[in-house]
Amino acid sequence: MKKDIILAGVGGQGILTIATIIGDAAARRGINLKQAEVHGMSQRGGDVQSNLRLSTDEIYSDLIAQGAADLIISMEPMEALRYVGYLHAEGCVVTSSHPFKNIPNYPDEEALMAELQALPHTAIMPIEDVAKENSLPKSANIILLGMAAKYIEILSAEALRESIAHVFASKGAAVVEQNQRAFDLGLNAVK
Amino acid sequence: MIQKRLLLGDEAIALGAIHAGISGVYAYPGTPSTEITEFIQLNAPEVRSRWCTNEKTAMEAALGMSYAGKRALVCMKHVGMNVAADAFVNSAITGINGGLVVLAADDPSMHSSQNEQDSRFYGKFAMIPILEPSSQQEAYDMMPYAYSLSEQMRLPVLMRVVTRLAHSRAGVATTTPLAQNGLNPDSERTHWVLLPGNARRQYASLVEKQTAILQSAEASAYNRRCGNGGAKLGIIACGIAYNYVMECNAMQAGIPVLKVSQYPIPAEQIKALAAECDSLLVAEDGQPVVEEQVRSLVGGNYPVLGRLTGDLPRMGELTPDNVGKALGHTSAPAFAAAENVVPRPPALCQGCGHRDVYDALNKVAAEYKDARIFGDIGCYTLGALPPFRAIDSCVDMGASITMAKGAADAGLHPAIAVIGDSTFTHSGMTGLLDAVNDNANITIIISDNLTTAMTGGQDSAGTNKFEAICLGLGVEPEHVRVVVPLKKNMEEITAIIREEIEYKGVSVIIPRRECIQTLNRKLRQKRAQE
Repeated sequence: MKKDIILAGVGGQGILTIATIIGDAAARRGINLKQAEVHGMSQRGGDVQSNLRLSTDEIYSDLIAQGAADLIISMEPMEALRYVGYLHAEGCVVTSSHPFKNIPNYPDEEALMAELQALPHTAIMPIEDVAKENSLPKSANIILLGMAAKYIEILSAEALRESIAHVFASKGAAVVEQNQRAFDLGLNAVK
Repeated sequence: MIQKRLLLGDEAIALGAIHAGISGVYAYPGTPSTEITEFIQLNAPEVRSRWCTNEKTAMEAALGMSYAGKRALVCMKHVGMNVAADAFVNSAITGINGGLVVLAADDPSMHSSQNEQDSRFYGKFAMIPILEPSSQQEAYDMMPYAYSLSEQMRLPVLMRVVTRLAHSRAGVATTTPLAQNGLNPDSERTHWVLLPGNARRQYASLVEKQTAILQSAEASAYNRRCGNGGAKLGIIACGIAYNYVMECNAMQAGIPVLKVSQYPIPAEQIKALAAECDSLLVAEDGQPVVEEQVRSLVGGNYPVLGRLTGDLPRMGELTPDNVGKALGHTSAPAFAAAENVVPRPPALCQGCGHRDVYDALNKVAAEYKDARIFGDIGCYTLGALPPFRAIDSCVDMGASITMAKGAADAGLHPAIAVIGDSTFTHSGMTGLLDAVNDNANITIIISDNLTTAMTGGQDSAGTNKFEAICLGLGVEPEHVRVVVPLKKNMEEITAIIREEIEYKGVSVIIPRRECIQTLNRKLRQKRAQE
């Protein structure tokens, strides 16, 4: 079994934290993983993405081929669309619907959402609003991970939940609890 | 089950070096190499690991540690090799005492760089062994091997990686660490004093070592043949190109693959593969270094395919897509590129002091018809993009000052240089001395944010020393001006820039305010402690 995931967002939105949690869960269960990250100049408010590959077999390439990704997990709707060329025909897109506008020529929002919703498998939610309503303003990315949990398959939701505890352990029990709550919010929002 | 550690390629290299018993790491930050030194700083207090002023000082200090008998690592991004080149090439002439590994992290596709030069050329130029791991595990495993190879050949070893290995994470199994070497300074002065008489002998010795270096590559476990011959096409897969070839199911298609991770190229293995196949494809990330050598090895009419023939793209990194295409795979993506997507370039952070510097500079520069602003390398290079569009050049570390000087020599006025604090100590100071000695009519802005910000906030070598450095190099005290780049000071800053442009000589303006990223990190840490 394999799962090829593209994580997308804007520098500073926390996609690498999502990758760290999935990575922790994979390492603990002996699932092979390769995860290419973006460091350096583009982290300054530019588009960032990470290729995350999980497999029970040996993984060779650090990069996912076009048309081969099973899942796009994005903190931002336009950034989700940026990588549709990498998605295979039955691939899923899990994304925030909240646009991050730090450029003057951001596309028309309605057209953008229409294009996203035209894809066969999507889960779209205003995760930042949900985070604020639930007094979890820093955990929008973990809500998104919860939404994606159902599609990750190669790792169970429970495994991811456990890894949230491992990854946030150094920040104290309260932070772990907040993030697990955020995860459950996302998990329960996707049917 | 032994749980593997999830490590970036850079971290695997760092841990491999620690476990190989290094006593020191010497480096200047540069994407994609920075995390190697950071990992050692964080995890190996017994290893000397403070950042160096530039790649040349790093290379020389590492050679000094090797001279004293201990194992040393020096790390840099590919363009850093240009800065270190004098010391690097001559370290092959002196040879080494304690093992010495030079790690060059190349950046094909220029994700964070101004060119995609291939460091393997430098290794060949210096005539030393080169290692190029294909995976994080191999990067880790290769470090102890590299050090023993270095000590066996009495030569530095170059390890070359690319961004996709450096910044990609995978599970790595570790082995028992080796102890550090004891202090054992070399006493053979004829090796180290490169007067022409000694240098000729040392060069002859280096030439003589080439046979052993080649034999080592021919016999290396890192160069291995996968699959049988008799096929139409054979593939030579160098470094991480091997991964893309395997991803494209070359083996299942019955295509023999020669995996190459140690250089010089294993000539006998390549000739054998060529003899069994009708043509060879050379897959290598970076420039066609091996492709050119294979062409001359197999001779005139034998078809060698690769970047030079257009079977692979001439520039940019390899991907599973372009390697697949070279192997004749045709795949149409399920979805066409989206319509409602526009580029999102990086930008200076909100609240960054460089923003105020460019606001002030743009205001004053607009008052002069011929004003030119020579930029440099760092976060502030982003001043080239909207909304600022403030700089006219960015070439190499330190070039802002010296290019401004040359342009001023030609009669351009005002010639303004913008350089960051870390870049100034890296390679700007010597240019400033030239400018002072020639009384060049230039205005230099040292935009000091108290850190090496672009690469993530490493210590900057000149912090708290800039006024003293400028005065020491001979800038007139009344023309070394310090300002705080904040909106509320805009009037004062623009007035000072005007005054210094009007001064006929070298002036230095130092806008100083802490990097907003570093400041926020410190505040977060403080809050966490409370």
